[in-house]
Amino acid sequence: MTIRHEMIPERPAPIRTVGPIAWLRANLFSGPVNTLFTLVGLYLLYVLLAPTIQWAFINADWVGTSRDDCSREGACWVFVNARLGQFIYGLYPGSEIWRVNTVFASFAALIAWLAIPRLPAKRWVAIATLLAFPVFAYVMLYGGYFGLRVVETHRWGGLMLTLILAVVGMVAALPIGILLALGRRSQMPIVKSFCVVFIEFWRGVPLITILFMASVMLPLFMPTGVSVDRLLRALIGITLFQSAYMAEVIRGGLQAIPRGQEEAAAALGMNYWMRMGLIVLPQALKMMIPGIVNTFISLFKDTTLVMIIGLFDLLGIVQAALSDSRWLGFALEGYVFAAFMFWVFCFSMSRYSQYLERKLHTGHKR
Amino acid sequence: MSEQATQTGAATPMVEMRGVNKWYGDFHVLRDIDLTVSRGERIVICGPSGSGKSTLIRCINHLEEHQQGEIVVGGVPLTQDVKRIEQIRRSVGMVFQHFNLFPHLTVLENCCLSPMWVQKKPRREAEAQAMQYLERVQIAEQARKYPGQLSGGQQQRVAIARSLCMHPEVMLFDEPTSALDPEMIKEVLDVMVELAREGMTMLCVTHEMGFAKTVADRVIFMDQGQIIEENAPEPFFNDPQSERTRLFLSQILGH
Repeated sequence: MTIRHEMIPERPAPIRTVGPIAWLRANLFSGPVNTLFTLVGLYLLYVLLAPTIQWAFINADWVGTSRDDCSREGACWVFVNARLGQFIYGLYPGSEIWRVNTVFASFAALIAWLAIPRLPAKRWVAIATLLAFPVFAYVMLYGGYFGLRVVETHRWGGLMLTLILAVVGMVAALPIGILLALGRRSQMPIVKSFCVVFIEFWRGVPLITILFMASVMLPLFMPTGVSVDRLLRALIGITLFQSAYMAEVIRGGLQAIPRGQEEAAAALGMNYWMRMGLIVLPQALKMMIPGIVNTFISLFKDTTLVMIIGLFDLLGIVQAALSDSRWLGFALEGYVFAAFMFWVFCFSMSRYSQYLERKLHTGHKR
Repeated sequence: MSEQATQTGAATPMVEMRGVNKWYGDFHVLRDIDLTVSRGERIVICGPSGSGKSTLIRCINHLEEHQQGEIVVGGVPLTQDVKRIEQIRRSVGMVFQHFNLFPHLTVLENCCLSPMWVQKKPRREAEAQAMQYLERVQIAEQARKYPGQLSGGQQQRVAIARSLCMHPEVMLFDEPTSALDPEMIKEVLDVMVELAREGMTMLCVTHEMGFAKTVADRVIFMDQGQIIEENAPEPFFNDPQSERTRLFLSQILGH
């Protein structure tokens, strides 16, 4: 028989199991096989990374104006430097570029405001971002009001166009996707079958096909004289395509919410939109952040497909610049630059989504 | 009928079910249910699992739909009309076996949400009232925590407070202690007993026979979708009339 009269106090863990040296020993050199893997890994890293760094940084040329300034054997960033304006703004007239910059800066400010938790009045900033900002951006970029010169959309291009396609696609596809997901779970047969048909149609067709249809077929059905802007057609196509994907991601989240949640909300007298908007969707969307961001990232990269209908997004304009006779032979630099820009945006989205997940986690593993 | 109910003299019964039938597909879950609950009356419903007791009380606030018969809650007949269903649900509180608190909201927000959105109360008023009810179930100090940080017993008490914030005229309890660890059952039952003493109309599906003996005006025994026996607690436990009731009682009280 055992009787304990005094409780055992807490003690710190033995010193040999904590600290950096213990970590190295436990994770990298715990045995002969592990040590071998570590050494081989380090060697491979050296073999692959060293030449890349040599090419991209150490032996690279950075300043200059023409290809004659690229005398060393490394990368010729002079090419990217000289074409940077075009890569970012497309063929937007040089004297009007301040308008694009204003839109970029105000968008960055709004997003930063929403992303930094300590700043107040989130709701109003969100409403401004969703409702007022698109109007402001349209007026600034397209012009025609307040004495601003009209800049036709065929002059838009580069990073600017990529961002417009991606942001409009994301912002418009999310609410449509939510409605489609709710509709697909609806009890009403007509709503339900409409949503199922819509989702399955857009999800079953490649984006390229949709873009081709938008640019080639749509004008055939339009009455003569009426023409829809090519960029607008691409935007509509991307949005509808994206919302079908979004709907399925969100439906997965809706299905993961236990039925008891909706029942409890119903028992408290809430109507359908309150039950969805206050109880089910906030939980479902939170759970679906990785899936939603995944869809956003793939949309961001898919915007490059607009190249085939004659719009020059970031990749398109880089590729166009490669065929410039004064700069032949710098394809590698151009593609690395384009890849790097895409990577920066996608990686930021991914990191922010991870931060959001941690922040919204309220310690409820049901 | 309890004395209190006759004294308050409410003309209409709180809940009235006449000839209610329900099927899940081909399975006949509720068979010819007739039940009248007066205002202020406390009813305990027991029976083996699958006997339809949860389904019965879930029909009262239309979480389940009945296919035949009539249900009248507080004088309002329950129909397919969504507005009317929502009207009835506002006066009927419900506590679930698995609490069903909203995990993305704090305890306080759980209690304020429906008063603010359904009853359109200003936030300050809703919060003051929520704190009052949270104090009554002795959990006010946890108001800023999330449900996931509380024990089962605490969560269930929050769920009761959340229901009370809507000022229900009748409370439905669907096995409120079945998902709790033994040492937490008492704290929830204490709250329910107090609620009963204050004159709340209650329908409780539970196997807590001690609770039934203490507060119930009537105990109902159900089996295979029908009401087998219905009596005041004392004769129900001491002198059950039906063979099934005797068997059931011997099984749950026998050890």
